[in-house]
Amino acid sequence: MPRLHSLQELNELREVCRNAVDPKKPCLTVCCGSGCTAAGGNDVAAALRKALEKRGLEDEITVKTTGCHGFCEKGPVMIVWPEGTFYNRVAPSDATAIVASSSNGRKPVEKLLFKDAITGERVITEDEVPFYKKQTRVLFANNGRIDPKNIEDYFRVGGYSGLAKVLREFTPEKVVDSVKRSGLRGRGGAGFPTGVKWEAMRRQEATPKFIICNADEGDPGAFMDRSLLEGNPHSVIEGMLIGAFALGASDGFVYVRAEYPLAVEHLGVAIKQAEEYGLLGENILGSGLTFRLKIVQGAGAFVCGEETALIASVEGRVGEPQPRPPYPVEKGLWGKPTVINNVKTWASVGHIINRGAEWYAGIGTEHSKGTMVFSLVGKINNTGLVEVPMGITIREMIEGIGGGIPGGKKFKAVQIGGPSGGCIPASLMDLPIDYEALTGAGSMMGSGGMVVMDEDTCMVDVARYFMEFLEEESCGKCFPCRVGTQRLREILARICAGKGTEEDLVLLEEMGGMIKDASLCGLGQTAPNPVLTTLRYFRDEYLTHVRDKKCPAKVCKELILYHIEETLCDGCHACVRVCASEAILGEKKKPHQIDTGKCIRCGACLEVCKPKAVLVT
Amino acid sequence: MSQAETQQVQTLLGHFDDARSNLIAILQEVQSTYFYLPQPVLRRVAEKLNVPVTEIYHVATFYNCFSLEPVGKHLVQVCLGTACHVRGGPRVLDRILRDLKLGAPGTTSDSNFTVRTVRCIGCCGLAPVVTVGNKVHHHLTQAKATLMLKKYGSNGKPTESPAGEAEDA
Amino acid sequence: MPKLRINGIEVEVERGTTVLEAAKFLGLPIPTLCHDDGLTPYGACRLCLVEVKNGKTSKLLSSCTLQAQDGMEVLTHSARVEKTRQLLLEMYVATCPQSKRIQDLASRYGVRQCRLEPANENCIQCGLCVRMCEQQMMAGAIGFSGRGKNRRVSRPFDITSERCRQCGACLYICPVCEQRCHGASAETTLCNGCLNFATVCFQSYDDAMCFLDPCHACEVGGPFRQDVVVKLRPQSQASK
Repeated sequence: MPRLHSLQELNELREVCRNAVDPKKPCLTVCCGSGCTAAGGNDVAAALRKALEKRGLEDEITVKTTGCHGFCEKGPVMIVWPEGTFYNRVAPSDATAIVASSSNGRKPVEKLLFKDAITGERVITEDEVPFYKKQTRVLFANNGRIDPKNIEDYFRVGGYSGLAKVLREFTPEKVVDSVKRSGLRGRGGAGFPTGVKWEAMRRQEATPKFIICNADEGDPGAFMDRSLLEGNPHSVIEGMLIGAFALGASDGFVYVRAEYPLAVEHLGVAIKQAEEYGLLGENILGSGLTFRLKIVQGAGAFVCGEETALIASVEGRVGEPQPRPPYPVEKGLWGKPTVINNVKTWASVGHIINRGAEWYAGIGTEHSKGTMVFSLVGKINNTGLVEVPMGITIREMIEGIGGGIPGGKKFKAVQIGGPSGGCIPASLMDLPIDYEALTGAGSMMGSGGMVVMDEDTCMVDVARYFMEFLEEESCGKCFPCRVGTQRLREILARICAGKGTEEDLVLLEEMGGMIKDASLCGLGQTAPNPVLTTLRYFRDEYLTHVRDKKCPAKVCKELILYHIEETLCDGCHACVRVCASEAILGEKKKPHQIDTGKCIRCGACLEVCKPKAVLVT
Repeated sequence: MSQAETQQVQTLLGHFDDARSNLIAILQEVQSTYFYLPQPVLRRVAEKLNVPVTEIYHVATFYNCFSLEPVGKHLVQVCLGTACHVRGGPRVLDRILRDLKLGAPGTTSDSNFTVRTVRCIGCCGLAPVVTVGNKVHHHLTQAKATLMLKKYGSNGKPTESPAGEAEDA
Repeated sequence: MPKLRINGIEVEVERGTTVLEAAKFLGLPIPTLCHDDGLTPYGACRLCLVEVKNGKTSKLLSSCTLQAQDGMEVLTHSARVEKTRQLLLEMYVATCPQSKRIQDLASRYGVRQCRLEPANENCIQCGLCVRMCEQQMMAGAIGFSGRGKNRRVSRPFDITSERCRQCGACLYICPVCEQRCHGASAETTLCNGCLNFATVCFQSYDDAMCFLDPCHACEVGGPFRQDVVVKLRPQSQASK
């Protein structure tokens, strides 16, 4: 590990790293992000290594474990280089076939190639896969190519050249100006112009100054920050180094939520390596810049994604937000000027420096520049992480990239922005995704979670779900949020149980509006959004619940009945075995019946009934 | 606390200096060592950091990671993130609670299982997800959940695997 | 010395003055529940919200925590503030219908309906008792625990701390349980007992329920307030 003392030495080392790897040499990169790890990615990598050893090929073909490639639905995924052959749903037992094909003939293993759900065709390379074809991967470009635990891999793909450029040619003011001209907006949720925030920091005179990376990513359904930290942690470190230079900060913190142990591990390795190579610490690359980076772990609180609550948590206190003003830029960590930015925001900085503010501003829409990373999850065929230019329509995301809704079901709504966001209905499918368009529709960009819902999702139940989440995650300090979220949840629960009235809908809107206005922090101020947007776009569904006491999506337990269609039932008895309340009667091979008095509508029978004889009305 | 226990706590706390900002990291260390936050240890921490016990107590009860009660042998965490919710997570949770005879998330009487809900562990592509200890079980159904629990020694109603649902999570 | 405008009135204050203090100086009434001059501001009850201009839009901010800044434009009784206060008080009444302080505030700010189920709680988590114990009594024997719907004022580990001197300051400072209102009716949850009292109220109503303080209608309303007359309750209805 040679310590680098100058920009020259960095360039030289980069050349050495590049030359050390023959681009024509076969390499098998296996995704080991959290998703694929859970699906067995590490076992696949181990099986591949074993298979190579067995054939004596371990020196000719390398196996590399990388961070998240993004296509979690089809994990474990891997790529065979140099062809770029993309394999999905790989099992350890496939190792022999893969090794065989990579060494002679190079003919891909057919059954592991991606198969288009609609056309049935198999494609070979990653860019031919519809999921990836329509993406513009800037932040995630290298996730499938580098070993996140090896800094030299990062050098090879041009890593830290942004930092070098800044140290060589820029002044702090010029960096801030570049970020401003790029139009970069905070990717954590609110979309505040990053350059403006940085400018405000430069005006502060108090020292020391701090920068923080918000990796709390509490939105359920969002995992892009996790994947970026797991797969390319150096891109975040580099962004923070550039920020430290521009903002005069000597210490930085990455606040990672406790639920992300792999991200913490990979980031820890990256920081250690950066320190060893002299890219963190004192007199970085001989420039005089001093910057130390530390990881601080969260302890499980969604509210700690809010910047003042995050600061409190770093200080060792409860994550209770502070009223703003004053803003953290003025009075942040330990009362000192602090800039907090999201993982994706920091990761964007290096690209903006390298390729220029104009390049960045050329992507996206008039007011929302650059690419955005979304996690496309829920009732969608191709779940995973998607990086696209701002301005892409919801339709293109759902149909073009997401591959539509599984089971041929109808698209109903997409929840964007997590519990602070709102549901966008099918009628707005051609809405371009940018900050203003989403806020105009009553939703919010948020950190990029997109949960797709279909005709089997009850929107009233979704609103209730979010209020349940928020009443627990609220810090509880201010009255409208603490009590308001509970009250909204109570009203929604009554509606789901068939005890709601039309006056309740008025109450939800009025109280929801008050909570938005009166709450102390962003959590409370956006908490009513799921309720208000579902009321706005799905009022009929609410009315059916309160007037007719019915749940059109057949979800709300008290408003549905399970029964068995005799003509379809083959008497296999599978339902009886799983019934939670012994409510099913019937002899084997004869049609069965459900005693609706005992049935608790748990859905276990529906799950196991092969002839689909269990019907819900 | 016994002499030995006091010594153990002393060693643990010795890894941290007395800055207030270390509080959460210290509590995490205590939690992972003892699987909960014992009262005498928390009082020791209050002394070390010179922070009132009331504040330590607030921090200990504020964050999800910390528990003031010992947890069971197997910590079963059911993800109730949005993607998992939409894909049937709540029904899986209900099933797990029923199988373990728990009315609400908590610890079984034999201390074998503690069931908790978590809000998103970031494996949304594999929803619905349940973790037992460090192992992630994915694409769960009610039937798979029952089988999964049995592997860890649950005494729930034995279910023959219905035709076709033989594979485990 | 920041110069700001409240309700159109210009006022210059010392740096560090809050908008609440500045408004008080001008004699403008802003309701509070979690505020006490002898304790640090908390900003939790949200009753002291004022509308502050923010470029083309405006925000509602708690005046007790808001430092007066040069050029600030503040409205204490705009329609947005009044509406928010009313709905907030409706929620407060539903939480603690037996609090005289809260019922008085509800009457004063024109809360005519309470559409939420009464919860009959005894705590609004204003934090006054906690701050009193810590800052004035230097004991810190009680604090908050938990988060969100599980948050409450408590003793650490639910054991009375040895730091508690039984001084009773926490009881004294509590705005909710110091005085009970017995006028809350089961149907409306509201008392509104003094809403329609005119200056002659004490001559007409021997069993007036809110006789401990002059009622706000009398303070502010002056002679007989026709506009706020509500159906009078029969004389025979005894107070609980």
